[in-house]
Amino acid sequence: MNWYGIRAIYLYEMGRTRRTLLQGIVSPVITTSLYFVVFGAAIGSRIDEIQGISYGAFLVPGLIMFMVLTQSVSYASFGIFFQRFSGTIYELLSAPMSALEIVLGHVGAAASKSFVLGCIILATASFFVPLEIQHPGWMLIFLLLTCITFSLLGFIIGIWADGFDKLQFVPLLLITPLAFLGGTFYAIEMLPPFWQTVTLFNPVLYLISGFRWSFYGVGDVSLWASLGMIAVFLGLALLLVWWIFSTGYRLKD
Amino acid sequence: MSRERNSVRRQRDALSEADEAAGGMAAPDTLAVEIRQLNKRYGDGFVALRDINLTIRRGEIFGLLGPNGAGKTTLINIICGIVIPSGGVALVSGFDIQRDYRETRRRIGLVPQELTNEAFETVWATLSYSRGLYGKAPDPGYLEQLLRDLSLWDKRHKRMMSLSGGMKRRVLIAKALSHEPEILFLDEPTAGVDVDLRRDMWQLVRGLRARGVTVILTTHYIEEAEEMADRIGVIRDGELILVQDKHELMRSLGSKLVTLELAEPLARLPAALEQIGVELGADGRELRYRFSTENARAGVDALLRAVQQAGLTVRDVHTSESSLEQIFVRLVGRQPGAGA
Repeated sequence: MNWYGIRAIYLYEMGRTRRTLLQGIVSPVITTSLYFVVFGAAIGSRIDEIQGISYGAFLVPGLIMFMVLTQSVSYASFGIFFQRFSGTIYELLSAPMSALEIVLGHVGAAASKSFVLGCIILATASFFVPLEIQHPGWMLIFLLLTCITFSLLGFIIGIWADGFDKLQFVPLLLITPLAFLGGTFYAIEMLPPFWQTVTLFNPVLYLISGFRWSFYGVGDVSLWASLGMIAVFLGLALLLVWWIFSTGYRLKD
Repeated sequence: MSRERNSVRRQRDALSEADEAAGGMAAPDTLAVEIRQLNKRYGDGFVALRDINLTIRRGEIFGLLGPNGAGKTTLINIICGIVIPSGGVALVSGFDIQRDYRETRRRIGLVPQELTNEAFETVWATLSYSRGLYGKAPDPGYLEQLLRDLSLWDKRHKRMMSLSGGMKRRVLIAKALSHEPEILFLDEPTAGVDVDLRRDMWQLVRGLRARGVTVILTTHYIEEAEEMADRIGVIRDGELILVQDKHELMRSLGSKLVTLELAEPLARLPAALEQIGVELGADGRELRYRFSTENARAGVDALLRAVQQAGLTVRDVHTSESSLEQIFVRLVGRQPGAGA
């Protein structure tokens, strides 16, 4: 293993975060805090409990998951896309590094950043709403697996995208609607039966549900269904990354 | 015209074959790069390389010349692992570039043609990154020396975007050398840099060669290859049409021009001079005689004898030798840097 290579990529990408702290960390934390203030404290105080949890507290896992999903994709996609865009990818491709090592460096850095972001948002949420975490171990596992899986997805998008437009397409036009409609703001039992069935086809529902279960012991679907969905996501992302490197798709002529 | 072109082609085929034979005789451990039947066809059907056979010896400076689109960068990119070959074999220090890619790539440093850089990174960060990628432990002392050698030490905390084009080019060289490679590929290293920097780079390359680094250089500046290279390879339309020792090449394909200024103008050229191919200037005061560099002595002798025989008085003599650029144009049929 080229450990120095993995370390170099990891530190380089983490350095990018330090330079873009406002955009990468501060901005998502402020955005989420606004959600807590508006929906949790202001409007939430007039909404009944959901699944036996105050609305403000109910929102926390969903909003953390929403931010972690979008930011994991953004961090990882931007890191590799910028190298392609600036042409410096030549260095990565001509280095004595395997696909696994490149992915470990890039995805490891993106996942670390989004994990830290998730923890910061969690800490921020505790200022606005009373929180309890019934299963902290599961909470960390869900958070970590989601960070890794969606950073992998971001890495794939960064390789697929041939412009900034496409780079923004997945986080803004795919993940955001899926997260909003996947139980971030409500439990699916609040929907009419038909839409409950439709929502079950939204994969993000399983991630949010599992994460919420780790906080309050309740979710829209079972813990194992949530874990299964993350495993499927992870497997698909790994398969795609393997295909990209074995064919050189958008990386090598 | 076509007879002349065929003659040149036969001549360079013979020269290439001779060189291949010489290269083939070299012991494998003296070879930095060995390429056999290398091909590259891109997805759109464009054939960038056709059956390239080439050996580059350890410690030499090899100049790869060719017009734009000839396949120079594709060849380099294949050896470095950036482009996947369609067929053939490429070995670096005896290791296969695909099977043993870790062994080959850690030996290679590449300075790309484009001034690619991450605008917001500092010089030091980008250099540390490069060294790490190639699996080398951090060595601030080595990087400091490298930056000092390239007059970049005082710029180490500067962001790449704040550097001039020449400085960025130096950083690319520093990055390529950051992992102490055995083989350095310089793809148009002095494109767009001023004369002073170009000469600095030439000095740097000579210093690297003195330390045993093999340098493979592509350039549009034939003067650069003439100045630096030990051997020259000429590539055209994806085919390596010639590989030869630079001095031999200039001797065998070069020519000399002797111009004699006559004391009295001539109305017409004497037969003895016309027979050996001398040309008379428009004013009748100048005789121009071009002959092969390889047969320099015979050429001059013939000219002097003919002048004596014609009873001419010579007031002055000028001589000039064809440059590598003129040889290149003759071989490729285009100016260096001209599109394919």
